[in-house]
Amino acid sequence: MRDEAALHAGPLPPGWDEAVRLDEDPATIPDPASVEVPPQLRAEIERRMAMYPDRHSAVLPALAAAQRLHGWCSPEAILQVAAVMQVTPAYLSSVATFYDMLRTQPIGSHYVYVCTSVSCHLRNSKAVYEAIEAQAGEQGLEDWEIREFECLGACDMAPMASIDGRYVGPIEEGEAGELVSALKEGREPFPGRGLPDPGFRLPWEEGRAAPDRGGPPEEPDVHPAGGTWEDGEMLDVPPVPHPPAKPPPPPRPLSPGTSVAGEKIDPATRDREAEREEEERR
Amino acid sequence: MSETRVLLANIDEPGLNTIGVYERLGGYASMRKALLEMSTEQVLHELEESGLRGRGGAGFSMGKKASFIPKGAMDKYLCCNADESEPGTFKDRLLMQKNPHLLVEGCIIGSIAAGANKGFIFIRGEYELQADILDAAVAEAYDKGYLGEGILGSDHTFDLVVHRGQGAYICGEETALLDALEGKRGNPRLKPPFPANQGLYQGPTLINNVETLCNTPIIIEHGADWYRKFGEGNSTGTKLVSVSGNVQRPGNYEIELGISVREIIYGLAGGPPEGRELKCFFPGGSSAPVLTPEHLDLPYTFEAMAGAGSMLGSGAIIVVDETEPLVPLALRLAEFYRHESCGKCVPCREGTNWTVKMLERVDEGEGTPMDLDILEQVQGNIIGNCLCVLGDSMAMPVASMLKHFRGEFEQHMEQARTKRDLAEAAA
Repeated sequence: MRDEAALHAGPLPPGWDEAVRLDEDPATIPDPASVEVPPQLRAEIERRMAMYPDRHSAVLPALAAAQRLHGWCSPEAILQVAAVMQVTPAYLSSVATFYDMLRTQPIGSHYVYVCTSVSCHLRNSKAVYEAIEAQAGEQGLEDWEIREFECLGACDMAPMASIDGRYVGPIEEGEAGELVSALKEGREPFPGRGLPDPGFRLPWEEGRAAPDRGGPPEEPDVHPAGGTWEDGEMLDVPPVPHPPAKPPPPPRPLSPGTSVAGEKIDPATRDREAEREEEERR
Repeated sequence: MSETRVLLANIDEPGLNTIGVYERLGGYASMRKALLEMSTEQVLHELEESGLRGRGGAGFSMGKKASFIPKGAMDKYLCCNADESEPGTFKDRLLMQKNPHLLVEGCIIGSIAAGANKGFIFIRGEYELQADILDAAVAEAYDKGYLGEGILGSDHTFDLVVHRGQGAYICGEETALLDALEGKRGNPRLKPPFPANQGLYQGPTLINNVETLCNTPIIIEHGADWYRKFGEGNSTGTKLVSVSGNVQRPGNYEIELGISVREIIYGLAGGPPEGRELKCFFPGGSSAPVLTPEHLDLPYTFEAMAGAGSMLGSGAIIVVDETEPLVPLALRLAEFYRHESCGKCVPCREGTNWTVKMLERVDEGEGTPMDLDILEQVQGNIIGNCLCVLGDSMAMPVASMLKHFRGEFEQHMEQARTKRDLAEAAA
């Protein structure tokens, strides 16, 4: 018997289970004269197309611009982009369904992405996400897409969320209500705690002395070979003089099978660059 | 404590993201030097001699990579990989937000080395603030004549475009990045041909990480010999490490390669919260196999991390303390890779999916000890058999957790089963 739940558990592209319309011809490249495109959108797409050697490169910026205008990549938005770029709507749909930030369903024109990846997971982000989602349901927040997201590259602020591109963190579970009501009332949540806010600092940075502002050090900070941080911490020893700079090693003759830099290549890390190097030499 | 600030030397200077402040602090001097006083060969030579290795993950020599680009008059491209999506990594975000002109200057120097006339900074779509800052920096550089045709009266022409992704981890893989930049779904390509021969628009393409390119102006300014003094062995220079997870002071720290891992985790980041011990850590992003406290005194270098069975990767250290159960963590990790798998090749698409399902069984108390064996076997079948490294990126850490903490997995399974049985009995 077919296990319906298992089918839906995997990452399937949206629309995979919708029947194909066999009574309709496949959509072709739209006639530019027959599709009305808002002039701003047209200008933006044409500007982007002129920046690349191949106009197809403008697909992502064009879809993003259409999404800003329409709130999601609706069939209408896709038709407009297709008319300006002269590609088929199917091609644009194939791209739009691949990328997480392009919405293929009308689920809100603003977003709250809550990072629940490894580093945030270690700091209780799942509970934060669930609290925000529960609050959004309770307070009836509309036109906002709230979802878990891949690592947003702000693990120092964990647990954090991106609110229409503004990174906010660290957020505590109990603050979910405040976040949602701020969004509902059109206020900026947690002023001063967003990455773009002037003077933004993380809580544990407050007491820290400002790092020295000098240029690069003349000589590197030396650590005696085999020493550990504890040695340096406990013994107040004067710094070890740096050994004289090594003369650059003479160029090594290349023997097949070794890497040029001489480093050992661990198959576990699958340094594909080594393969490339072999390829280049051939 | 013992940060060695080279890339981050001026990072707290107010207004560093504007060209005026950047130039006042000596910015764009390296570009002048490389363009007007040095030949292409000299630039390449300096980069190769410096021993600078890729900071994005693979750790391949940057100068060597640039020297692979074929010579001759044709359209060649430079791509800066700013799609920083590796969980745990946030170093490029800091560089681009605070010091965008260093990256622009690095791109220009990279373009001289590769002979590229067109460049793209592929930045992930979530970094909206950083992309806006970069856009402004590129515009300022154009105004000053540092980008465009015949830069500073030389015969070098270089155009730079900031291109925003739309949220896909896989676009950090270099060939998937190229496909995304060409306006397609971000599926990795079969290699060879390598991007150095046939990359973007089928032209020779040099692809480098943000931090790698940001190092190039420093190497040109101070010389390769100066740069080689930093670091240890074949791991030269300084490295930005992003420390996160269960530590007291998560953040970016710039260290000289070769200081001990203990010094980074305990010295700089403050170690796990009071009264807790470290259980394990990822030394190079969530794709790196985990290491245990016995590895804390290893020097933080490409070689030592590889020797311990892991990798330095992107330089993101994720610390896990003793209170954290590992099964939900492994599950979280596997779910991430399942979601991000592009689906082009079978071992990754099916392997990530099955790993998630089996870890769910273990977590919910439905697993048997045999499941752990199968789980291990599945990881072995993924590693080395995928089109790109995404599948391996899940399989290696999951396999390493199983290897180091099998007892905990078995215990977790038993406890979950008992709990489930009790709940059933009560019902």
